[in-house]
Amino acid sequence: MKVNLKIWRQKDSKSKGKFIKYKLDDVSPEMSFLDMLDFLNEQLIKKGEDPVSFDHDCREGICGACGLYINGRPHGPLKKSTTCELYMREFKDGSTIVVEPWRSKAFPVIKDLMVNRSALDEIIRSGGYISVGAGAAPEANSIPVGKEVSDKAFDLAVCIGCGACVAACKNSSAMLFVAAKVSQMAILPHGKPEATKRVKRMVNKSDELGFGGCSNTYSCEFDCPKGISVEAIARMNREFFKSTVCKSKS
Amino acid sequence: MTKLDSNIPSGPLSDKWTSYKSDLKLVSPANRKKLDIIVVGAGIAGASAAGALGELGYNVKVFCFQDTPRRAHSVAAQGGINAAKNYKNDGDSIHRLFLDTIKGGDYRAREGNVYRAAEVSNQVIDHFTALGVPFAHDYGGMLDTRSFGGVQVSRTFYAKGQTGQQCLLGSYYALSRQVDKGTVRMLSRREMIDLVIVDGQARGIIARNLVTGELERHSAHAVVLASGGYGTVFYLSTLALASNPMAAWASHKKGALFANPSFIQIHPTSVPVLNEYQSKLTLMSESLRNDGRVWVPKQKGDKRHPNEIPEDERDYYLERRYPSYGNLVPRDVGSRAAKERCDAGYGVGDTGLAVYLDFKDAINKQGKKTIEDKYGNLFEMYQKISGISPYEEPMKIYPAGHYTMGGLWVDYNLMTTIPGLFAIGESNFSDHGANRLGANSLMQCAGDGFFILPYTIANFLADDIATPKIPTDTNEFDQAEKDVEDKIKKLISINGNETATNFHKRLGKILWDYCGMIRNEEGLKKGDQLLKELEEEFYKNLKIPGTDKGVNQELEKALRVQTFFEVGQLMIQDALNRKESCGAHFREESQTETGETLRNDKDYAYVAAWEYQGQDQNHKLHKEDLNFEFVELKQRSYK
Repeated sequence: MKVNLKIWRQKDSKSKGKFIKYKLDDVSPEMSFLDMLDFLNEQLIKKGEDPVSFDHDCREGICGACGLYINGRPHGPLKKSTTCELYMREFKDGSTIVVEPWRSKAFPVIKDLMVNRSALDEIIRSGGYISVGAGAAPEANSIPVGKEVSDKAFDLAVCIGCGACVAACKNSSAMLFVAAKVSQMAILPHGKPEATKRVKRMVNKSDELGFGGCSNTYSCEFDCPKGISVEAIARMNREFFKSTVCKSKS
Repeated sequence: MTKLDSNIPSGPLSDKWTSYKSDLKLVSPANRKKLDIIVVGAGIAGASAAGALGELGYNVKVFCFQDTPRRAHSVAAQGGINAAKNYKNDGDSIHRLFLDTIKGGDYRAREGNVYRAAEVSNQVIDHFTALGVPFAHDYGGMLDTRSFGGVQVSRTFYAKGQTGQQCLLGSYYALSRQVDKGTVRMLSRREMIDLVIVDGQARGIIARNLVTGELERHSAHAVVLASGGYGTVFYLSTLALASNPMAAWASHKKGALFANPSFIQIHPTSVPVLNEYQSKLTLMSESLRNDGRVWVPKQKGDKRHPNEIPEDERDYYLERRYPSYGNLVPRDVGSRAAKERCDAGYGVGDTGLAVYLDFKDAINKQGKKTIEDKYGNLFEMYQKISGISPYEEPMKIYPAGHYTMGGLWVDYNLMTTIPGLFAIGESNFSDHGANRLGANSLMQCAGDGFFILPYTIANFLADDIATPKIPTDTNEFDQAEKDVEDKIKKLISINGNETATNFHKRLGKILWDYCGMIRNEEGLKKGDQLLKELEEEFYKNLKIPGTDKGVNQELEKALRVQTFFEVGQLMIQDALNRKESCGAHFREESQTETGETLRNDKDYAYVAAWEYQGQDQNHKLHKEDLNFEFVELKQRSYK
């Protein structure tokens, strides 16, 4: 099949970027989207041009490194899929595909389609953990965790930190990311002691880093490759509210 | 190089670690602040170590080449993590986990190290649970377990098919907490290119900043490698594309011995190769073999749809050949059995290089909902890649390169032959012998990082408390940086026509064909020759666009591929030397009448530790004899 690509090219964080068009013949429908970009890059290199830079690693939808804005949607047209899990069979022969990096003030472009998402790490560093040192943990079964709770915690914990929620949101809000972690920790018995302090710090940090407020459009849930539900945000709001009425214990 | 000393403490197996640990030297809290430690790699091993060392109060710097530690390839481990809790009351114990691991590794691992790994496994589960890892629980609120290959108990803790991701995040929380506290500095998008040695001791690294392209000097009192394995040497593997052994290999060239390089695990259940553009093979967890049944048609070249092949025309060859373990034989056995069937012409799919993994019976017995609960995400993953629903028809699977048991030689303290250089997790060789059991890797990584290294590194650093900060403006750092600069310049200046990826593909194919699942003398020699020829071509015809400044992903790849050429040659040298079959290392010349691995304990019950002798020189072999005090060496049987 043939595809017409319009790809965002930007030399570095300081330069201005622009779209460049590429025509690709001989694309196989069985290529993954990233295999197709590799295929393009091989050709660019052979022609002596600069290949397109993009983040990727595991290529099986779990590391969260890849994240391209494809035809106006984070990770492209498939639901519950990362960019690396998208295959060219999802596109029609001869179609035009627009490829952009995540757009958010908090995710500056490094080069081409590669952005800096370290702001998400900073949010986790602001209390997105349980304070237990190696050696201090009690016997694992001494604190029962009901199946419903552990299943729910798991569903919230599947976030891969790709940033699609931010890219999908018109406010560049990271609320789904923050809420998933806050809620996972808050429902697990081990995480409860720090719940109030945690939600406050993480939400404040997210604001400070330039992520916007929740836009209530649910676009984050729609485009989350792991299908994390916006219910998490509702829960986080409850936790946040509690933290403003109850004085933090710590 | 003197005789290798593994420093295994004497005494009864179950007391070794406890008594050794209580005699180790300590560093006082006031002195820990003055000591710098570098950790290279931030997967489960590295992040756990950095977190634990930070908690103790050391000054830690952690490096990873990804943009965040949460992407390390530990993330992709699916099925589970082992521990000897015996929650199922099925006869499990630390000793049983130890025995299974030694046997699974075909008696080529050290007793002392393996016992210790089993011993700390329970603490690992306690710690991860407390860190918020959402392991599966039963309705009563207790942790659930399942079975894995090579064992007859249920000791594998899991979080659906994403146990690696959840454990990695657990370690990442521990690390993040220390970054928050200021004891640990996280330096991402940096790749270690070389090790710096001062007065015979590891004192720092040269790292390349992958955003600016600058070379950076970092010094420390000790360096810990947690940089993973080298399974990507095959190009197509279950690993993340950028996983690479550059840090370990650079250290090897500076004097750290490399042990058992030919011990590479080929995982039996990966999605098969579908086309020539494919960059990666995706693993389907071993846990699937709890309920999935492996089969091929009884008739050669049977092209019927799998659902149309009646029961009595199917060959459930694992159940047939290995009645007592059935579908849950260890990985090496499962992989070779699949290859045997396919080579004999019974393979399925367009290429004939696939077998079926069928859930029909499990769905009929347990219901679709139960199967979905257990494996839902894996089934989804398979469907995305192949377009086929495993609820409707069997998966097609084939073996793929997966995990490296070989790695840097370390002693009981997890220290390499370079003083001050430690290696943990997959980057060392120590716990899995010639074949790793499923769910033992997460166990080892976290055990090394949280509960072993913090003790043994203190014992080493206790003699270093008077050493001030290591300066980086010295001849040693100057020289190391210049060497790296020259190496990069040399690669860029080749300016040929072929990309690093193409060389990697060709190199991987050679190793897969001649040093893969089945090896023989003639093939290994041929592979060696082909590899050397290709390496020559690499230095004449490599093409790297751009410069060494700024982001240059092609340069990153080229540096890794350069390493793979050297690693590949040592793999072959090791495979040639070991004229026996054991675990994943199958020498055709050494097999039983029924085609199983045939060990030669008289001549090969040793760890082969290789010393670098200079460019284009053959490595020098050092042998560490494996003394089995507590287990009796037997022909491994899963029949």
